Amino acid sequence: MNSFFEFFRFEGFDPLIEVASSYAADIDGLIWLVLLVVGFWFLVAEGVFFWFILKFRAQPGRRADYIDGKNKKHKRWITVPHLLVLGFDVLIIVVSFNVWYKIKMDLPENPDCHVRVIGQQWAWTFQHAGADCELDTADDIFTVDELHVENNKVYHFELQATDVLHSFSVPVWRIKQDAIPGRSITGWFQPTEIGEFDVQCAEICGFGHSVMAAQVMVEDAETHAAWVAENTPVTEVAEAAVEGSAAAPAPAGMEDR
Amino acid sequence: MRPIATTRAATGTETGKLAVWWVLASEVVIFGGLLASYVMFRLGHPEWADAAAVTNTHIGAFNTFVLLTSSLTAVLAHQAAERGDGKSAAKFLYFTIGGAAVFIGVKTYEWWYEISHGYTITSNGFWAFYYTAAGLHAFHVIAGAIIMAFVARDAAKNLELHRVELIGIYWHFVDIVWIFLFPLLYIAK
Amino acid sequence: MVEPAVDLTHGHAHDDHAHHGPQGWLKYLWSTDHKVIAMQYMFTGMFMALVGGFMAYVFRMQLAFPDISVPGWGGVVSMGEYNSLVTNHGTIMIFWVAMPVLLAAFGNYLIPLMVGADDMVFPKINRLSFQVFFVSTIVILASLFVEGGGFAGAWTAYPPLSADATYNLTPLGSTLWVIGVGLEFVAFLLGGINFITTLMNSRAPGMRAFDVPLVVWMIVVASILFMLSVGPLLAGAIMLVFDQTIGTGFYNPATGGDPILWQHLFWFFGHPEVYVVLLPAMGVVIEIITTFARKKVFGYRIVIFTVVATGVLSFFVWAHHQFIAGIDPRMANIFTITTLLISVPIAELCFVYIATLYGGSIRLTTPMLWALAFVAEFLIGGVTGIFLGAAGADIYFHDTYFVLAHFHYTFFPIAIIGTYAAFTYWFPKMFGKMMDDRLGKWHFWLTIIPFNMIFIPLFVLGMGGQHRRISNYSSFSELAGDGFQSVRIFATISLLIMLAAQLIFFYNCWKSWRSGPKAPKNPWKANSLEWTTESPPPHGNWRPDRMPVVYRGPYEYSVPDREEDYWPQNEPDGAPLQVVDPDAGEQGR
Ligand code: HEA
Ligand code: HEA
Ligand code: CUA
Ligand SMILES: [Cu+2]
Repeated sequence: MNSFFEFFRFEGFDPLIEVASSYAADIDGLIWLVLLVVGFWFLVAEGVFFWFILKFRAQPGRRADYIDGKNKKHKRWITVPHLLVLGFDVLIIVVSFNVWYKIKMDLPENPDCHVRVIGQQWAWTFQHAGADCELDTADDIFTVDELHVENNKVYHFELQATDVLHSFSVPVWRIKQDAIPGRSITGWFQPTEIGEFDVQCAEICGFGHSVMAAQVMVEDAETHAAWVAENTPVTEVAEAAVEGSAAAPAPAGMEDR
Repeated sequence: MRPIATTRAATGTETGKLAVWWVLASEVVIFGGLLASYVMFRLGHPEWADAAAVTNTHIGAFNTFVLLTSSLTAVLAHQAAERGDGKSAAKFLYFTIGGAAVFIGVKTYEWWYEISHGYTITSNGFWAFYYTAAGLHAFHVIAGAIIMAFVARDAAKNLELHRVELIGIYWHFVDIVWIFLFPLLYIAK
Repeated sequence: MVEPAVDLTHGHAHDDHAHHGPQGWLKYLWSTDHKVIAMQYMFTGMFMALVGGFMAYVFRMQLAFPDISVPGWGGVVSMGEYNSLVTNHGTIMIFWVAMPVLLAAFGNYLIPLMVGADDMVFPKINRLSFQVFFVSTIVILASLFVEGGGFAGAWTAYPPLSADATYNLTPLGSTLWVIGVGLEFVAFLLGGINFITTLMNSRAPGMRAFDVPLVVWMIVVASILFMLSVGPLLAGAIMLVFDQTIGTGFYNPATGGDPILWQHLFWFFGHPEVYVVLLPAMGVVIEIITTFARKKVFGYRIVIFTVVATGVLSFFVWAHHQFIAGIDPRMANIFTITTLLISVPIAELCFVYIATLYGGSIRLTTPMLWALAFVAEFLIGGVTGIFLGAAGADIYFHDTYFVLAHFHYTFFPIAIIGTYAAFTYWFPKMFGKMMDDRLGKWHFWLTIIPFNMIFIPLFVLGMGGQHRRISNYSSFSELAGDGFQSVRIFATISLLIMLAAQLIFFYNCWKSWRSGPKAPKNPWKANSLEWTTESPPPHGNWRPDRMPVVYRGPYEYSVPDREEDYWPQNEPDGAPLQVVDPDAGEQGR
C-alpha cells in the first residue's frame, strides 16, 4: 500500500515517511480511512456553511425566516446527519480495533529474537540478545543510542525506564510506547526495510529531552550476523554485564504490579 | 444593602442551601479522588496491611463517636434555629465546636504518638495516605469549626439563623467523610 | 494589571459605592460589583495572553532559527528555558487566559445581566474568587523568576519528572507551579458556585429555564463540569506537592507509588476541562449568530440537551490521552468508543449552528465575522480529534505536532477567536462606545489568515513524525533537513504577522474608547436583557424599581406579523418597548 504521506509531498519538502515495519501500513490505512470519512463530513459541513453565508446575506426588504427547528421535517436536517455520523463512528471504531489489536494486544508467539530497551535521562540503552536470541545470557550485547536489528525478523522488546518517563518512538515503524520506571512493558515489531532510522524520545523527560535521539540499524542477515559476531563480549566481561543489568534497570519484583 | 439577586428564589430553595450543596459536590470529588487512589493502591499492595495494623482502632473509634455526637448537636442546633431560639442554637453549636476540639486534640495525640514511634508520612505509601487523607479531613474540621464559631456568634443574637442549618449540612459532610476514612484507614488490616 | 479596569469602568459603575472601605484604586480591588470583577478578570486575562503570546514568539523563534539570540528575549533559548517556556505557555494560555476571560470575565459580566439580576447572589464570594485568582497569577509569574527557572515538565506535569527536583532541576519553580495552578482552581470553584446558584435562583420574574440565553446555560454547565472534575486533580496536586517537598512517594515506583496515577487524575480533569473552555465560546458564538442572522436558534432545546450529553460523556474519555502510556491495552478499546461517540453531540452542535444560518438575513459585522470564523476553524480542530481518538492511529500521532495542531485548532478558536467575538460584540455594552468596524475587519483578517498559516504547516510537520517539546531538531536526521526547516520558518513568520496585527486591536480599543461614537442601549437590536439597560449598565444594572420581567425566550427574531424583526425578552405581548413592571424583582422569600 502506498504511504498516506505521499499525498503531502511537494517541492523542496518531503515529509514522506517510509513504511518500514510490518504493521506501519495498517496504521496508514486507518489514517486514510479516517481522513476519507471526516474529510467528507468536513467538506460537506464547510460547504453548506459558506453556501448559507453567501446565499442568506442581508438584502434590503427581505426578512429572515422564522424557523424554530421544532417540527419533524426541520428536525430531520439534524437527526439524519447525526445518525450517519454515528454509523461512521462505528466504522472507524471497528477498523481502529483491528489495528490496535494487532499492534498492541496480539503479541506474536515465538518471536525470532528479543531486545531490551532502557530509557534514562537522556540516552537509550539497548540490550541485544546476541547470537542465542535469549536475553540475560552471557552473549548479550549492550549499546547506547544504537539499536541493531535484522530485517524481517519478529522481535519482542521489553521497555524499561530508570528515572522518569520516556517514550520509545520509531516513526518509520509507526511504533510508540511510553517507558515507565518500575515497569517492564513488552511489545513487538518486525522491520521490513533495511536502513538507518531515527529513534525519538516522545515524552518530555527533562533538560535533555531534545537530544535524546538514537538510531536503529536494520541490517540484512549477513551484516547483522557479522555485527553480532564482532560485538559479542568475551565471557567474563559479559557475565559482569549481565549481573549489572539485572541489578540496575529491572530489580526483581518490579516487573509487573 | 443586599442585592435584589440575593432575595430571589426561583427554584424555591434558599440560595445559601443550594450553594452549600454545590460546595459539597465539589468536595465529594476531592475526597473521592483521594480515596479512590488509596483503594487502588491498597488493593495492589497487600503488604500495607502491616502498616495499617499499627493504627490504633480504639482511638479511631472514639473519634468516630465524638464526631457523630457533634453531628447530633448540630441537628439540635438546627431544630432550635427553626424554632427561632437563637440562644440555644448557639449553645448547641458551641457543643459541636467542642466536639471538633476534642477530635483534633485526640488526633494530635495520636499523630504525636505515631510520629514519635517512627511512623511518619514518608515511611511508606500507607502512611503517606494516612496522614494526607486524615490531614485533609482535619483541615476541614478546623475550617468548619471556625466558620461555625461565627455562625454561633450571630445566632446568639438571633441573626442569620438560616445559616445554622447550612453549617450543619457542611458538618454532616465532614462527619460522613470520616465514616469513610475510619474503616479504610483503621479497620481494614 | 488591575489598574486598567479602574480607568475603564470609572465613573459609571461605582459612584454610589464609595462611602465605606478603602479609597482610590484599592476601592476597585475591593469592589463587589460583578461588572467590575468581570473587568478585573478580563484585563488580567488580557495581560496574561500577552505573556503567553510572548512566550510563543520566543520559542517559535528558537524553532525557526535555532540557537540565535532571540530579539526581546536577550539571548539564546537554552534547552531548559525552551521546556520552561512551552510548559508555561500552555499553562498560562489555558488557566490564565481561556478560563479567566471566557468563563470568569464573561460569566461574571453576562450572567446577572442576562438573567435580569442586579448582581451575583454572593458578591463577596465573587470578590474573593478574583482575589484568589490574582494571588495565583502572582504565584505563577513569580515561579518564572525563581532560582532554577520556571517549571519545565510540560503543562501535564507528569511525575516522576515533576515530582523530583533531581530530575526536573527546578525545585522551587515546580512547586510554585503546582501551588499557582491549585489556587487558580480554588478561585474558579468559588466563582462557579456563584454562576450556578445565580442562574438557578435569581432569574428575573417570568424567566423559565428555557428562556435563559444559551451562553448562560453553557457557562453554567461548564462551571458544573469544572466543579465535578477538578476535585481528583486537587487531591492529586496535594500528593504531588508532598512528593516534591517532603519526599512522600505517591508517584514514585521505588516506594510503591505509581506515576500513572497522576495521569489518570490529570486527564480525568483535563478532558472535561477542554469542554469547560469550549462551551462558553460556543455560547458566545450562538448569541452572535442569532443576532446577526436575525434568526431563532435552530432547536434551542436540542442545544441544551446536547451540551449536557457532551458534559456527561466528557467524564468517560480521559484515557484517550494515555493510549500508549502503559495503560492496559484493553482499556484503550473502551476509550476509543467513548471518544468517537463524543463526536456525535459536538457534530450536532455544529450542525445546529450551521442550520441557524439557513433563511437568515446575515450581516457580516466584525463580531459576526469572528463568530463565523469560530465555526469554520473549530471544525478543523474537531475532525482532527477523530484521528487521535482512533487508538490505532494515535500510536503514530501521539505527542507529534499533529496533536499540537489539533488542539491549537480548538483552543485558538476558543480562546482567541471566541474572545474577540465576545469582546467586540459586548464592547458597546461594557464601555459605552461603538468600536470601529473597519479597523475591526482589518484586525480580523490579519489574525485569521496568519493563524491558518501557522498551524496548517504544523499538521504536516506532525505527519512527518516531528515530536513535541523539542527545542532543536538537529539531533534527528529525519527532521533536520532544509525542507522541514523552511516549514518551521514559515510558521514562525506567520506568527510574527499575527502578533503585529494585534496592535490594530489595541489601537482600535484605545481609539474607540477615547473617541468612538456613544453606544445606544441596544446597538445590535438584540433580544436578551443586557440590552435593555444603559451602556454601560449602572451599579445594580437597572433601577431597583425597574428590574426587568421576562415574557419570552431570547431568540424571537423575525417573528412574522411583527413590525420589528426582534422582540426583546422583557417586552410584554403587544405592548411597546418601555413598559416595565415596577414591582418586579420582589419574588420568593
Ligand atoms: C478545547 C479544546 C479541545 C477540544 C474541543 C477537543 C476535542 C476533541 N479532542 Fe482533543 N485535545 C485537546 C484539546 C481539545 N480537544 C488538547 C489540549 C490536547 C492535548 C493535550 C496535551 O497532550 O498537551 C488534545 C488531545 C487529544 C487527544 C490525545 C492525543 C494524544 O496525545 O495522543 C485525543 C485522542 O483521542 C483527542 C481527541 C479529541 C476529540 C475526539 C475531540 C472531539 O470533541 C471533537 C468532536 C468534533 C468533531 C468531530 C467535529 C464536528 C463533527 C463533524 C463535522 C461530523 C463528522 C465527524 C465524524 C464522522 C466523526 N484530543
Ligand atoms: C488556549 C490555549 C493556547 C493558545 C491560545 C495558544 C496559542 C499559540 N500557541 Fe500554543 N500551546 C498550548 C495552548 C495554547 N497555545 C498548550 C496547552 C501547549 C502545550 C504545552 C506543553 O506541551 O506542555 C502549547 C504548545 C505550543 C507549541 C509547542 C511547543 C513544543 O511542543 O515544542 C507551539 C509551537 O509552535 C505553540 C504555538 C502557539 C502559537 C504560535 C500561538 C499563538 O496563537 C499565540 C498568539 C497569541 C496572541 C495572538 C495573543 C493575542 C490575544 C490577546 C491580546 C488577547 C486579547 C484579550 C481580550 C480581548 C480579553 N504552542
Ligand atoms: Cu527521554 Cu524525552
Ligand atoms: Cu481529551
